[in-house]
Formats: sequence, C-alpha cells, structure tokens
Amino acid sequence: MYDILIAFAIVSAVGLIAGILLALLSHLLHIEDDKTVKAVRECLPGINCGACGFKGCDDYAAALAEGKAKPNLCVPGGQAAADEIGNILGITVEPLKDVVAFVHCNGNCEVTTKKAVYEGVKTCRAASQVYGGPDTCRFGCIGFGDCAIACPSNAICMRDGIAHVDTSRCLGCGLCQTICPKKLISMVPQETAAVIMCNNKDKGADARKVCKNACIGCKKCEKTCPQNAITVVDNLAKIDYDKCTGCGACMQSCPTGCLKKVFFPNLEEDFGPENL
Amino acid sequence: MMDIKNLIVILLSSVLVNNYVLTRFLGICPFLGVSKKIDQAMGMGISVTIVMLLATAVTWPIQNFILDAFGLGYMQTIVFILVIASLVQMLELVLKRLIPSLYKGLGVYLPLITTNCAVLGVTINNIEDGFTFIESMVSTLGCGLGFLLAMLLFSGIRSRIDERNIAKPFQGIAITLIAASFLSLAFMGFGGIVENIFA
Repeated sequence: MYDILIAFAIVSAVGLIAGILLALLSHLLHIEDDKTVKAVRECLPGINCGACGFKGCDDYAAALAEGKAKPNLCVPGGQAAADEIGNILGITVEPLKDVVAFVHCNGNCEVTTKKAVYEGVKTCRAASQVYGGPDTCRFGCIGFGDCAIACPSNAICMRDGIAHVDTSRCLGCGLCQTICPKKLISMVPQETAAVIMCNNKDKGADARKVCKNACIGCKKCEKTCPQNAITVVDNLAKIDYDKCTGCGACMQSCPTGCLKKVFFPNLEEDFGPENL
Repeated sequence: MMDIKNLIVILLSSVLVNNYVLTRFLGICPFLGVSKKIDQAMGMGISVTIVMLLATAVTWPIQNFILDAFGLGYMQTIVFILVIASLVQMLELVLKRLIPSLYKGLGVYLPLITTNCAVLGVTINNIEDGFTFIESMVSTLGCGLGFLLAMLLFSGIRSRIDERNIAKPFQGIAITLIAASFLSLAFMGFGGIVENIFA
C-alpha cells in the first residue's frame, strides 16, 4: 500500500513540476503576434504558392511588415491585394507588373540535333541526369514537358521538341520555373519588347555548332541598347526589364535572331487545340 | 586513456553497430515518413539528435537519483514519456523566443518527435546498459548521429528510386521497404567490427 502511494506521489510530482515549468515558460516567453503582420496576412490569399519568392503567405506577410519586401509581389492576389497592403502599411504601391513565364530556348528540331537516343523515364529531370540530356546543346530544352505537367493552368505545350507558354492562360505563378532542370524558364513582363531565346553559356563558336539559333555572345545588342538594359554575362545576353523601354533596337541588331518579341498569346489558335 | 578508448568504442558502436533505425528498428516512422527529401531528412535528423541529448541529460539523473532511490524502476517508461514530452514542449517555447531562426528551421519536426520511440529507446537503453552519465551522453550522441546518417543515406537512395522505372507491383512503399531492408542488411555487416578494432 505504502509503495503504491510513493509511486503515485512521485509520478504526480514529476508531472506537476513539468506542468508548472511549461506554464511558467509559456507565460514568460510569450510573444504577442504582430498586429500589422496579422492584418497584412489577411490581405493575402493564403494558398502558399511561393510566387512572391518567400516560403509562404505567412513568411511574405512578416517580410512586408518589416519593410523588407515590395507589396506588389503576390501574383494570385494581384493589384487588389497589393493596394490593400499598401493601405495598411501606409506606402505607395507600384503598379503590378503582369508577368508571364517564358522558355529561353529556340532549339527546335530543325536547328539542333540529338547526341544520343534516350530511352529512359520520359521526364526532363531523369533525362538531364544522363550526360546532361539527349540534346547536343546541354543548356537547351529537353522537351519531355515536366513544366507542362507542373502548370496548373495548362498553359504550356510541347511543340517541335521545345516548350511554349500560352501567355493568355499563364497565371505567372512560376511553378514551371522551379521544376525545369535546365533553369530555362523565367518570368518576364507581358508588355516587354524582346526576350532572349537562348540559354547557351558556351562561347559563340561552340554554341553555334550545337544550335543554329544560339546566342553567340557578340555583344552587339549590349552596344545598341540606348538604355544600357542589356548585358552579356557568360556569353549570353541578359535583359534588365526594369530599364528596358521596349524600343526594339536590339532585335534589329541581333545577327542570329535570338532576341525577339516572340509570344504565343493564344496557342490554341496557333497550333490547334489537339496539341494542348 | 582507457576511458577515452571506451568512449570511442561506445560512440562508434552506437553509430554503426547498434544503429537505432537500421539494426534496432526504432524510429522507423520518421525514417520512412520524412526521408523523401535530403534537406527534410537532415532537419529531422538534427532535431532528433538534439532532443535525444537533452532527454538523456534529464532522464539519467531522474532514474538514478529519484526512481532508483525509491525503488520505482518499474515506473521508468511512464515517467520518461512524461518528461520527454514536456521537455520537447519546453524546448519549442525556448527556441521560439530565443533562436527564432532555428525554430523556423526545425519547424514541424520538433513536435513530431515528442513521442518518438527512438528517443525513448535511447534513454531506456542507456539505463539498461548501466552507463555512467558521461557514457550515456556519448552513446546518445552516437545514436543521434546514427539516426542522422541513416536518414541521409536513405533519402539519397529514395531520390534515386524516384527516377527509375519500377515494376508496377513494387511501386511506392513496397520498393521503399525493400530498399530499407537492404540498407539494414548492409549495416548488420558492422556487427562485431568496432569492438574488435580496439581489442
């Protein structure tokens, strides 16, 4: 009888001490949730898509409240969410840039070749692990359409071995951007003048050997651009869309034609609905 | 000198020979559940190691100074579960306030290991093996590192499995369990090696 009482007392005491400690700690270390963060968080849609570049809506709201992020980054929330956030934080909101996904490759079946016949699992991620993929250009689109599968709005279709984005359907969520093993896709403003249709970072001669449409890094566009918006890094032209005014001078200067205004506003019309 | 040699033997044998996941089959749920991605496996492994160390630091004195003193060894399991669960909660509170970045990094893993069998297993085995406090801590560190090693190895294997053509009947959890058994077989091969190196 005595033994049971002691066991009972000791286990209860351990539990009681742990309970009291927990209560004390939670009281002492309590953190008041920031009211601005809460208010900002309520403006966001809460689907945690990650298009803003943060880990989720909570993370983005925290960054906004600390003034570390711009309020116009939420793609699904759009202009409405940006305006509301601006009101809460008392800052002016720049108009939301309407971005769409763009595949930086023009290496279709006519201009580039395969170096090997790939017979493994038909996904870009698997194919890219075998000697960098079956294409001669190790930077280009593999064409199994991992991005098309990832796209929530069916905006991507595969045509001539490369991916094309239907800009009328693209939500700008950036899911395709993260899934592409070759990092070929980036988000560009819909109203842009030109995009670079290549991702090859080899020297001009080598790039030309593997693909007729490749950027050869000649820097002509860099010299032509009146806004200095284009820089050639690693033998590849790069456009700064904050500076680009859309004059189109670069497109005329490009000798290989890889700086273009190529958008597919409606792929269904261009290629027929059966290809989507 | 003997002490250090003894500690090294304890450390190595708890990492390799008595690996908690692969030879003692404790902590299988996080091993199968959180091993899909390498970074998640890493986070889980590190969290488990920290919690194991803390749990041993608290349960060893409780066993030796309270339970044994009153002859209550049979209440070990219940008291340990109670202590470990509240300990993890306290750790969560403290981390949230003092090191928010680590708290965010560990994320959901901390509450998940509140009642993990590997943590309870380590604390109880330390007592049963009759280790001193230092030996217990070293053995616990080894167990945590062994858990981390198993998680990392297996997440690497799983990422390779994902990219292969698997016959339909073996897809999913079937091939995962088969892979786990092979890994476990490989670890069984360490049996007896560590003790004999220093013999």
